[in-house]
Amino acid sequence: MKSRHKKLILVAIAVIALGAVAALVLNAFRSNLVFFFSPTQVAKGEAPHDRSFRIGGLVEEGSLRREKDGVTAHFRITDTAQTTSVTYTGLLPDLFKEGKGVVAEGRLNSDGVFVAQQVLAKHDENYMPPEAASALEQAQKAQKTIVAPK
Amino acid sequence: MKRFLIPLGIFVVLAGFLFAGLKLNPREVPSPLIGKPAPDFKLALLSDPAKQLSPADLRGKVWLFNVWASWCASCRQEHDLLLDLSRHGVVLIYGMDYKDQPGDAQAVLDRFGNPYVETVVDPDGRAGINYGVYGVPETYLIDKNGIIRYKHTGPLTGEVLEKKILPLVKELQQ
Amino acid sequence: MIPELGHFSLILALLLALVQGTLPLVGAARNIPAWVSVAKPAARAQFLFVAIAFGCLAYSFLTNDFSVVNVTRNSHSRLPEVYRFTATWGSHEGSMLLWTVTLALWTLAVTQFSRHLTDDMVARVVGVMGLVSFGLLLFLLVTSNPFLRMPMAMDGSDLNPLLQDPGMVVHPPILYMGYVGFSVAFAFAIAALLSGKLDASWARWSRPWTTAAWAFLTIGIMMGSWWAYYELGWGGWWFWDPVENASLMPWLVGTALIHSLAVTEKRGSFKAWTVFLAIGAFSLSLLGTFLVRSGVLSSVHAFATDPTRGLFILIFLVVVIGGSLLLFALRASHVGLGGRFALVSRESFLMVNNILLLTATGAVLLGTLYPLFLDALGLGKISVGPPYFNSVFVPLVTPLIFLSGIGPLARWKQVNVPELAHRLKWGFGGSVLVALLLPFTMGEWKPMVSLGCLLSLWIAVTVAISVRGRMRTGAGWSANFYGMHLAHLGVAVTVIGVTMVSTYQTERNVRMEVGDTVTVKGYTFRFDGAEDMEGPNYRGARGTLEVSRDGKPVSILRPEKRIYTASGMPFTESAIDYGFTRDLYTALGESLDGGAWSVRLFHKPFVVWIWIGSVLMALGGFLAITDRRYRASRKKGRAEA
Repeated sequence: MKSRHKKLILVAIAVIALGAVAALVLNAFRSNLVFFFSPTQVAKGEAPHDRSFRIGGLVEEGSLRREKDGVTAHFRITDTAQTTSVTYTGLLPDLFKEGKGVVAEGRLNSDGVFVAQQVLAKHDENYMPPEAASALEQAQKAQKTIVAPK
Repeated sequence: MKRFLIPLGIFVVLAGFLFAGLKLNPREVPSPLIGKPAPDFKLALLSDPAKQLSPADLRGKVWLFNVWASWCASCRQEHDLLLDLSRHGVVLIYGMDYKDQPGDAQAVLDRFGNPYVETVVDPDGRAGINYGVYGVPETYLIDKNGIIRYKHTGPLTGEVLEKKILPLVKELQQ
Repeated sequence: MIPELGHFSLILALLLALVQGTLPLVGAARNIPAWVSVAKPAARAQFLFVAIAFGCLAYSFLTNDFSVVNVTRNSHSRLPEVYRFTATWGSHEGSMLLWTVTLALWTLAVTQFSRHLTDDMVARVVGVMGLVSFGLLLFLLVTSNPFLRMPMAMDGSDLNPLLQDPGMVVHPPILYMGYVGFSVAFAFAIAALLSGKLDASWARWSRPWTTAAWAFLTIGIMMGSWWAYYELGWGGWWFWDPVENASLMPWLVGTALIHSLAVTEKRGSFKAWTVFLAIGAFSLSLLGTFLVRSGVLSSVHAFATDPTRGLFILIFLVVVIGGSLLLFALRASHVGLGGRFALVSRESFLMVNNILLLTATGAVLLGTLYPLFLDALGLGKISVGPPYFNSVFVPLVTPLIFLSGIGPLARWKQVNVPELAHRLKWGFGGSVLVALLLPFTMGEWKPMVSLGCLLSLWIAVTVAISVRGRMRTGAGWSANFYGMHLAHLGVAVTVIGVTMVSTYQTERNVRMEVGDTVTVKGYTFRFDGAEDMEGPNYRGARGTLEVSRDGKPVSILRPEKRIYTASGMPFTESAIDYGFTRDLYTALGESLDGGAWSVRLFHKPFVVWIWIGSVLMALGGFLAITDRRYRASRKKGRAEA
């Protein structure tokens, strides 16, 4: 084999491999991005029904209810403007508390209830998950523009 | 050979992106509350739980509203500044003890000095939510009409006080 | 007094770092022997002062000096002594100081073990490390002074309970030994670019340092993974969380570097590429530490609250990474090509290995930084979860592992394909057959299990063939050779662990009343209730679970639910019965009515293999460093000089 041919083969292999890898990475990237929505956006119907996403805000006071099995929990996430009902089977994280910030990942079922596969709370008491904080800020902004100050 | 420049090129793009990100991330997170009336509350005083205070009682005054807690270390960092400020009597400072044990809060004030005219107690953080508190300390400047004019997240620094808050206080007091 | 002493030492260290980073470099370039000879004493003195500063901070923590902000924020008078010590690096400031100490330590090591190097080379290497250290010390002093004072506080706000664990005593220092260790390879690469001497002896000098750093990083990552497993209370061993990714990226590039250094040393090829990887590994270490420690990744708000810190970090990264890449662009073309090699040869296998590792790094980088960029640019919030990383990683790592079986058996320059095929055919056939049948012993056949078993068996078989081949030729002991194979075997062991636990693990979250029993994979757990308990700085409940199998007692597990008094933070302390083929993992959820608790009961087959494999990899690395060649080169180098 001539060295020119060898070089051509090498280049061809490299190009094909690179294309395959890029396709693999980008495809995985596209199909696995998890978007974030606030309860207000969910209430407006902006959140998808066919794929999972994250939702964040505060756990509404007095909304946490456990089923008899002890491991299924129902609660509501609020951004102070709207609330979304959430159900989760499993043990809630240590820092999960009513009135505290929370982020949940899962999908909406046909009744509009958010079925969480994962519930996250931060490892630090003083700070809210940034996603939850941002949901609250958004909601406040929205509220303040609707209710004009006198 | 040009191909050796590729990594540098990629890095320059990446760094440019990071710089843009840093710039776009504004220094003061603009609070949606600025220019809006201070959210109402009616909370018990730390000094006397039988008495209550609400922002409406302070109409006609310019005041700083400082959210703090005994468990918060950065609050102690700004404590001296607040004491200085209250000693000079430039502006009235009211505190809100956020998600705290009143006993602990009182102990901190007894030991380090009390810069506050009064401190209200928000044990479960409900009033704090309306103010969009998500990390203590936070400080709000409220004018004579009860409108929030400025918000600072994190411990106050001399720079912020001198450059932002005090000029604004002077302006508002006129 | 002591904190001021520490602060003062840091300033002195900064000045020394400046001397160490300038005079020797200029001296080497201009041929001024007096300036060149400054390198070693400056580096040693710098180490001394950085160590003093670190000692002062540790002392402030141990003596509960709550006039130091750092101590107040991260410690508590009732915190046990050992955790007061580890709290020294529990904060941003402290961990940056630990970074600097580690860098100074590696520099010290270079000055001690460099008798075989020319004075110019030592001056350049130490000089480059001095410049990096200067940047770090400046960063510490300007934006993150760990000795900042404030009015005396009554008590501290306690160390994050997650960090109050024996694992956290050793994990950060070892991880940093790895991260920072790549600075040596980086400094060698920059020194080589500066001097224009990029040859086999340069690669031979770099190799043991790179391998040592890599082995430390391997152990560090392994400990982090193990810590997350038992400490976070839900039994995962890898979360693809930004903090973990930050340590994985330099590891991947470091792995590529080790392999490409081998080619550069043995065959003189891949020179520019090797230099690029050395720059890349350290750049990713820097990027990783800073992104993690500045809090940028975990919370965008941390970036916004301290813009000076963020800006400083960026400028530092731009100077170090941008500067070295610029130097690379200017000088790499003069490096020259090495030996030629055929399409099928050990070189080409190693090239594919490098490409795959780098692609994996790129994929991790994309997944880690993309959400950050979108958020910083205000384009919305997204997250990239484990499914992305898993679906990218498995197809990239599979051919990589497969090739690591063939590579060591392939000849340099050109492979005789029929001969190689002949040597491997039985091994390959056997591996496939066993891999297809093995999953049945676990009760259920799954394609991914067969794939994982195939890869592991393949490595094991090829290692055996290779070792047997070497013994037949009568070649003697070679630490390098056996180190490599031990590390490859480690990969095989880890692959088994990962495959088994991700396919066959059983996780049950149940409500248990006192006396209830639940059976998971043949193990019966009986809940004997939970009682109140009190620790030094926490209170809580301790549950008792009796585990039995076929009526025979296996173990008694006591998971805890703690509330740390100072911070009020609740915390789950899991209880695990470790085993060679399975772990039994229990954790308490919440207290329910009437003494009942929600409880986690996990059966994790072969999970320890993940960490055993990592330890084998690291041991392989350490073994390879002892190779006589690296010591022999010292004598040879002296003879040449």
